[in-house]
Amino acid sequence: MTTDELQQISTIEQETQGQYQHHVCVCVAAGCLSSQADVVQESLAKEIERQGMGDKCHIKGVGCMGLCSRGPLVSVDPEGVLYQNVKPSDSAEIIESLGKEKVSRLECSTEIPFFQHQKKIVLENSGLIDPNRIEEYIAVGGYGSLVTCLTEMTPSEVIDEIIKSGLRGRGGAGYPTGLKWSMVAKSRPGHNGKYIVCNADEGDPGAFMDRSVLESDPHRIIEGMTIAAYAVGATNGYIYVRAEYPLAIKRLRNAIRQASRLGLLGNEICGTPHRFNIELRLGAGAFVCGEETALLASIEGKRGTPRPRPPFPAESGLWEAPTLINNVETFANIATVIRNGSSWFSAIGTEKSKGTKVFALAGRVENTGLIEVPMGITLREIIFEIGGGIPGGARFKAVQTGGPSGGCIPENFLDAPVDYESLNRLGSIMGSGGMIVMDETSNMVDVAKFFMDFSRSESCGKCTPCRVGTAVMYDLLARITDGEGREQDLSMLEELCDLVKNTSLCGLGQTAPNPVLSTLRYFREEYNHQLVSSE
Amino acid sequence: MSPNVRVKTLKIDGKDVSAREDQTILSVARENDIFIPTLCQMDGLTSVGACRLCLVEIKGSAKLQAACVTEVQEGMEVVTDSERLHSYRKMLIELLFVARNHICSVCVSNGHCELQSLAQRLGITHIHFPFRYPKLAVDLSHDRFGMDNNRCIRCGRCVRVCDEIEGAHTWDLMGRGDASQIVCDLNQPWGSSETCTSCGKCVHVCPTGALFEKGKSSSEMSKRQEFLPYLTLMRGDHNE
Repeated sequence: MTTDELQQISTIEQETQGQYQHHVCVCVAAGCLSSQADVVQESLAKEIERQGMGDKCHIKGVGCMGLCSRGPLVSVDPEGVLYQNVKPSDSAEIIESLGKEKVSRLECSTEIPFFQHQKKIVLENSGLIDPNRIEEYIAVGGYGSLVTCLTEMTPSEVIDEIIKSGLRGRGGAGYPTGLKWSMVAKSRPGHNGKYIVCNADEGDPGAFMDRSVLESDPHRIIEGMTIAAYAVGATNGYIYVRAEYPLAIKRLRNAIRQASRLGLLGNEICGTPHRFNIELRLGAGAFVCGEETALLASIEGKRGTPRPRPPFPAESGLWEAPTLINNVETFANIATVIRNGSSWFSAIGTEKSKGTKVFALAGRVENTGLIEVPMGITLREIIFEIGGGIPGGARFKAVQTGGPSGGCIPENFLDAPVDYESLNRLGSIMGSGGMIVMDETSNMVDVAKFFMDFSRSESCGKCTPCRVGTAVMYDLLARITDGEGREQDLSMLEELCDLVKNTSLCGLGQTAPNPVLSTLRYFREEYNHQLVSSE
Repeated sequence: MSPNVRVKTLKIDGKDVSAREDQTILSVARENDIFIPTLCQMDGLTSVGACRLCLVEIKGSAKLQAACVTEVQEGMEVVTDSERLHSYRKMLIELLFVARNHICSVCVSNGHCELQSLAQRLGITHIHFPFRYPKLAVDLSHDRFGMDNNRCIRCGRCVRVCDEIEGAHTWDLMGRGDASQIVCDLNQPWGSSETCTSCGKCVHVCPTGALFEKGKSSSEMSKRQEFLPYLTLMRGDHNE
């Protein structure tokens, strides 16, 4: 595959699409599918046939359009109209309206802040292209960055570009991506070479960023991984994706097959000596396998438990070979960084957090769904403008970021910018991108208990503080919510938070106390209120 | 010992000590009679850093490191005992006590138990966390040995000795969190195991009374662990 050949595929695809006067795109990501988007797509297709529009109108399924709460979503081009809550019975009306007056009772305005305030890099193709067809990805410039890297750049130039972009790991901890790549590049390969691993074991309650990216634009991940493989000198890659994401798995499998067929994976990629293969590994539902060393153990076929670091995977990972592990969203940024250049990327965001972040906006907020925003945006803008505020006029209480590893942020910090450092200062973390909004009906002790229940049952049980500490903390929280808690239970909780945070073996235990710590910090009166009075 | 192993110098608790570069902080400390508490670590078995009792402070690092798995570095300054470490260690031992039913007076290992003697050494006089006391099964199906989950601290020594020394890998862990427990083969009665060679190594490396010989009454189960350094020395596959 050369640039010319890529261009040719792109031109043919654009011409094919150009033959149609109308394009109907139906969101077929998991959210809309669960409200029968597939049936809608089928009935729209039938309607096109019935009205004899077959050669004028093209219908396709596309990835996530973001506004999941209004699904199924259907967009119509070139009119540029978005329809919400579409039912199969609306098909005739929608197809009849093509080229005429739009169906205004179904229209969802794209002028609302939900769409206007977003900045799309990772999700740039999401909702626009058919994730099942590599030609569509190529037609929007896909795999161009890979060809550029392989034919015009040296591996160290690629790494330099990533370092200069300021991109940081999107899995939650925010480790500089370029630095990680350079570590793997400098490590001596094992007898089995080096490995690239994509961490798609998204397990936070309420988070679905990675799933949406995989379902909507799987080729983007393959391209990012292949560029990484070239930069660090790896020949084999794994995508570790949870088995609970059957649609993402299906689309990834299909994407890997298509890329291999076009010579964008496999031996002699683009006619260069670079070779790279990707295999899928399905996670069996353990949250701890999102921790990198547990994930590696799981790929090796062992029980998914973390091990102490160092050695870090960059030095000794899969089967003791140097291994680069990045999150789905991190890999999804790579092609764009290469295409647009590091200075373009680093101009977006804040001083220390560059680019954008995808969030799964959930909970008590009007517009739930998938959003991508520039780093540095305030929580208030996300919740009240993009999110459309709290439904039913209820009062905002707290926003939880980072899932069971993060914390609850109260109203007076809503103007804090969303970046790694500022969320850390507030006692939460950026995390992988789950954002749960809570209103006045939420009991914060219950919230802490919910997340502690999650952590205690997802702890792998290897180290003492996480295994027993989270269980005892849960018992104490349950005692409080049952109305039997006493003053000394709070100090015991604080003691345990400190212990578990500082002595646990891996990130799961080290961050498990965050929901308790942050609610104790901002909502202590709620705890006090539920204690047995001291008299 | 490999001839090209380098030698390092470092400070442990203010004392200058020397070490081979492949030594862990724990092994150097022990050579110098500096006590660091451990439960999951055992000379001759792979160290896993699971019990977290051997956490030490290293100057210049915010994170505590497990001495059993952290290799020495030139100029390192290690603190093995501080008020903070002491309080963490006491709490960790307390957590082990509350997780299961450790009533010493009725235990076969009373007086020979590593958990018990560590608690005494660290000055633990009472437990202030609420007890959990799950009711767990006791496996007495084996002819000669018994397994009481209620006394298990999940250090994994039995799993490692069975896998690494005996080569049978009869034991393993199942489940997650505090519900995790030691299982025989694919969670079947010990007596019906076809992989178990009945060598008894697991019984003798167990730090508590979780694995014991049948016929031993309260306080009678003392453990004999001399075989392990002997076997590893004879096999020559460990440096220490």
